[in-house]
Amino acid sequence: MSNELLTSLAIFTLAILVGFEVISKVPATLHTPLMSGANSIHGIVLVGAMIIAAEADNPVSYILAFVAMVFGAMNVVGGYVVTDRMLQMFRKKPTASKATTEGADGAPGA
Amino acid sequence: MSQQWIYTIVYLAWLAGAACFVLGLHRMNSPATGRSGNQLSAAGMVIAVSATFVYLLTREGGLSTTAMVIIVAGFLIGGGAGLYAARTVKMTAMPQLVSLFNAVGGGAAALVAIDDFIRLNSGAQVDTTIFVVLGALIGSVTFSGSLIAGGKLQGLIPGKPIYVPGGQLVTIALAVVAVLGTVVLILGAAGAFALGSSMTLAVLGLVVLAGLIFGITMVLPIGGADMPVVISLLNSFTGTAAAMAGFVLGNPVLIIAGALVGASGAILTKLMADAMNRSIVNIMVGGFGGGDEAAGAAAGAGGTVREIGADDVAIQLAYAQHVIIVPGYGLAVAQAQHAVRELAELLESKGVDVKYAIHPVAGRMPGHMNVLLAEANVPYPQLKEMDEINPEFDRADVALVIGANDVTNPAARRPGSPVSGMPILDVDHAKSIVVIKRSMGKGYAGIDNELYSDPKTGMLFADAKDGLAALTAAVKAL
Repeated sequence: MSNELLTSLAIFTLAILVGFEVISKVPATLHTPLMSGANSIHGIVLVGAMIIAAEADNPVSYILAFVAMVFGAMNVVGGYVVTDRMLQMFRKKPTASKATTEGADGAPGA
Repeated sequence: MSQQWIYTIVYLAWLAGAACFVLGLHRMNSPATGRSGNQLSAAGMVIAVSATFVYLLTREGGLSTTAMVIIVAGFLIGGGAGLYAARTVKMTAMPQLVSLFNAVGGGAAALVAIDDFIRLNSGAQVDTTIFVVLGALIGSVTFSGSLIAGGKLQGLIPGKPIYVPGGQLVTIALAVVAVLGTVVLILGAAGAFALGSSMTLAVLGLVVLAGLIFGITMVLPIGGADMPVVISLLNSFTGTAAAMAGFVLGNPVLIIAGALVGASGAILTKLMADAMNRSIVNIMVGGFGGGDEAAGAAAGAGGTVREIGADDVAIQLAYAQHVIIVPGYGLAVAQAQHAVRELAELLESKGVDVKYAIHPVAGRMPGHMNVLLAEANVPYPQLKEMDEINPEFDRADVALVIGANDVTNPAARRPGSPVSGMPILDVDHAKSIVVIKRSMGKGYAGIDNELYSDPKTGMLFADAKDGLAALTAAVKAL
């Protein structure tokens, strides 16, 4: 294997470990917004769609790249907007200022 | 600036984007910082996409007009559709929209891999071939699987398990085709035998087709109630497919973001399955899981149930000191979150202390109930998680169960029941229990709920929305 590939494998492995750590501490309440937030992040495949679009040189590639661009952009834009809408719901209400901190820390692993 | 300098800056921007994803996900650990976390993640996305655009514009040869049109038009059309859908979707329909976004993400990853393979066809190395085939295969499974999962949640496809004739044989056959195809392509790339370029493409096409059908046959036999776990699993798959595309293109931000989502999605899937006392394997094999059964079977040998009228319930509620509302799947289906908030506010104006007990898997996804109630302007501090509220049921005068079933079944405390070991809300500890339910139908576990035959329990048979409206009217009339 090339050096570049080995470096990529190292990055991949470390990123997986980071993913495990970041998620294992999230309270159940936030699982749905979190799934949606992670869903937007894999929209990063849009970057891949841009690169293949730039390298396309025949009709088949044009079509594949175009569809990939549409799909990727939909994943990114829609994903972030709908996640924001969900998380906006958790904003503190003025009527309930007395116990805002109480509800904010959730039960880990519940 | 020289090419090398620009590439260095672009590469650093990609790393900055990846760091934003990690920090953003971390901030989504708590409701207080969740929104800013998502915005940080979105900022990372803007940085990564902009850097890519600059890189493509400035590198040798630049961007052709055709490529520019594809990128800009594709972004505007896809982004516009996504924006419109995300803005207008009702919060109750949000899980299926997430599933749709997941499907297109997986589709994009598969297309990137396929396109790369077509271009490298003559000179693909063994390692590149492995990543291309994995990306195309995983991406196509998530594409079709997520569409079916979303269709089930939307009601376009029946939520009950659908058994494909000879299902397991079909699944095994598809897996064999996919694995064999992959092996053939890898051996071909290694030079073990000479495959013509059209032959190679045909084999890849076969692998993708097997992946697409596999996604369908995998999700169809799984019941509607298990869809959240399936979507979470497919979300993890898409992340992995994106990482594979990153290996093919040698792009760090794709690899990091993809691996991050692949790992976090796997953990999240396990947490969701744990909360339902199911194993992921159990769900994927498609055991019990009928979703929202409509069958009106009467209570079994467990005892008789007591029916109660809205007026009686209204009196109990209005003169209670502590009321705990237990919302469930039925509330989400009936879209009764505004009706429940109205009743709660009315009771509070009469000096009743009202809280909501949220089971980790109430609704259609963990946390879905919180989102629905928050949308109806229920103050967040009134929503109590299971561990926090359970000791309070002893003091509650009335527990009002709305469309929740298995998560309240005391049978879970004893071994020998399908729900044994599942954490439940201690609703049976309340002084009086009122259950609003359409019929005596069973929950996804398909068993009788002993709570209903408890002498303290009164059953108000109604749709959640109509039942709550009747209760509100009755309390007002007091």
